Amino acid sequence: MWENIKQFASEFFVTGDPLIYGADVSIALTMIAIVFVLTKYKKWGWLWREWLTTVDHKRIGIMYLIASLLMLFRGGVDALLMRLQLAFPNMEFLHSEHYNAIFTTHGTIMILFMAMPMMFGLFNMVVPLQLGARDVAYPFLNALSFWLFMLGAMLFNLSFVIGGSPEAGWLSYPPLSQNDFSPGPGQNFWIWGIQISGIGSLATGINFIVTILKMRAPGMKLSQMPLFSWSVLSSSIMIIFAFPILTVTIALLFLDRFAGAHFFTMDGGGNPMMYLNLIWMWGHPEVYIVVVPAFGIFSEVVATFSRKKIFGYKSMVWALMAIAVASFFTWAHHFFTMGTSASVIAFFAISTMVIAIPTGVKVFNWLFTMFRGRISFKQPMLWTIAFIPCFLVGGATGVMLAVAPADYQYHNSYFLIAHFHQVLIGGVVFGYLAGIYYWWPKLFGFKLDEKLGKWGFWFWNIGFYVCFMPQYALGFMGMTRRYYTYGWDRGWADMNLVSTVGAFMMGIGFIFQVWQIAYSIKHGERDKTGDPWNARTLEWSIPSPAPFYNFAVVPTVKDSDDWWATKQAKANGTYKEEPVHLEPIHMPKNSGIPFIMSLFWFLVGFGFTFGWVWIAVIGFIGVFACMWVRSFQYDTDYYVPVDEVRRTEASLGRVL
Amino acid sequence: MTQHENHGDHHNHGSLKSYVIGFILSIVLTIIPLVLVMNQMMSKTATLITIMVMAVLQFVIQLFFFMHIREGEKPRYNVQTLILGLVIVLTIVLGSIWIMTFNKY
Repeated sequence: MWENIKQFASEFFVTGDPLIYGADVSIALTMIAIVFVLTKYKKWGWLWREWLTTVDHKRIGIMYLIASLLMLFRGGVDALLMRLQLAFPNMEFLHSEHYNAIFTTHGTIMILFMAMPMMFGLFNMVVPLQLGARDVAYPFLNALSFWLFMLGAMLFNLSFVIGGSPEAGWLSYPPLSQNDFSPGPGQNFWIWGIQISGIGSLATGINFIVTILKMRAPGMKLSQMPLFSWSVLSSSIMIIFAFPILTVTIALLFLDRFAGAHFFTMDGGGNPMMYLNLIWMWGHPEVYIVVVPAFGIFSEVVATFSRKKIFGYKSMVWALMAIAVASFFTWAHHFFTMGTSASVIAFFAISTMVIAIPTGVKVFNWLFTMFRGRISFKQPMLWTIAFIPCFLVGGATGVMLAVAPADYQYHNSYFLIAHFHQVLIGGVVFGYLAGIYYWWPKLFGFKLDEKLGKWGFWFWNIGFYVCFMPQYALGFMGMTRRYYTYGWDRGWADMNLVSTVGAFMMGIGFIFQVWQIAYSIKHGERDKTGDPWNARTLEWSIPSPAPFYNFAVVPTVKDSDDWWATKQAKANGTYKEEPVHLEPIHMPKNSGIPFIMSLFWFLVGFGFTFGWVWIAVIGFIGVFACMWVRSFQYDTDYYVPVDEVRRTEASLGRVL
Repeated sequence: MTQHENHGDHHNHGSLKSYVIGFILSIVLTIIPLVLVMNQMMSKTATLITIMVMAVLQFVIQLFFFMHIREGEKPRYNVQTLILGLVIVLTIVLGSIWIMTFNKY
């Protein structure tokens, strides 16, 4: 009996690596600390009522933000471990399989569990406020999306200590990801972690399309909608067309592994290249899904901090929407070298170059917005200005990669690694950070400290170039991705060391940002006005932090940049004060079902990961039970009385 | 959130009968290709063409029985979305065939 348990535990838990034991201990201690604090201060009820069951888009946004910052930390530690291993030739820090696991989890986490939730966090924090709405179109579905993402991400991260991590790369190409080469639960963790959070992503895409099309404040035409909301619409359209492809592709891979199907096998009529073909049909739009909202953020930030209307609003909208469609026509450039006809390669090379055009249009628009503007270099603007040259170089190397004959040289080399990190860090991360700094006061009621933020900014920026510029050269020198070690004779030692130094500088930048947040909670400049940046769009017309019902009175929109127009009119004395007429506010009720249902989805994923079908069956029964219960709930909303609205507004310093 | 107040009027969201018919038709159209492939009843080209036809038919059935393509106050939106959806579906299917044919052995 005891022997059996020992046998089981040694396979179930990941053993044999001091790094993992250290992580085990720290995870256990953190869990104990959390439970202790919650119990000591009697906060369990508060946690359940205020957070786990909330359907408030702002709170969901905050939870997305916290989760994504934690995942940024985890993915970042993965990156630093890899850079340590590569810092010197013949390093014996990580063995080869551990290195494989780390680059796999680094990629998966950074795209799917860091970039996506940070993006959804920004969607949630901003879009309803910007549109003058009181919540998203489907608040319950929104909470469900969050918890599906969260439990999917937790399932994936569990692989770190239980069962073993996936090792087949962030997109898990077969045949490597098939049972023959990746036996055991690691690869299943990858499949189910992504599958569960992917359902949430799809639902969020639908939610925000409907919110944008149906929930805009009265008077706001689509042609007056702020550009961030336009970028969210573009991104959401791509989500609803791309994510089903991912779901189906991974489901087919799962059938190959679980049921012995032959979709992507080498024999029995399967073809692994079909997997690449399908996964990149999702994968290419995916990179636009995450970068397009960043473009929206830059558009808002540039206009606000240049004190000018955005240059070329119409061309901006056109460019955003063109990307939403064109992104579906470039996927094959990810596997040019795999062997297909010359005409296919020619088509996809050209389509890849064409898609650079709308992005170029946007860069010029931002530059012309700044031209002759009164620029103030606050943190959001700093990140925006840093983004432009960074993304420009990243885009140019992208066009280099699109030149198919040359791509045969660059393919899967460190040149490619440097390219996509440059667009993903320089575009997505810089963009989201700009957005977080920009909208932080609206969510939390205080600004993030400038001085610490600038330290963080410069460490990130200098660190970025120190880390990735040498990698372009390493690519030319023949270093391909996923090498876990190399010899002195290759001549790659100096550049790799420099690159590692740069990676650690970015790590220091991140630490400064964590410090900045902790410091600003106590000492940050409080925002009493609700409009700390003298900004242009509706979210700045309400107090900070925004009350739970957002707008005491739903605004009527007359102009694009409506809040700016209102402020101008007030300054000119042409503003007509309209009598305030408060009405009871219709709000959705909190619900525990999204959380509970996602826990059952977790069981489904966990059961299939280990091949314990009975657990998965319990999970499915729970999922359907939750759907059943929800279908017959009719008491899902309530009204906030006028008195309470008046009191809340007064407590935020606004007399109505 | 005045939208919620419109919950009362369930205007033609399909009847139980139309859902059941749609469901049965979808199942039948899924089983036919499965049986054809499992028992290898036709030549390769004929099987492929049959599967394609079944897929298109099922696409149409889903649109009419579950997606309520004929309903809604603004059919213009529906048509726009449908066109975009069709373009992307065709890209996925034809693009895959185009890319993968070179690989036939």
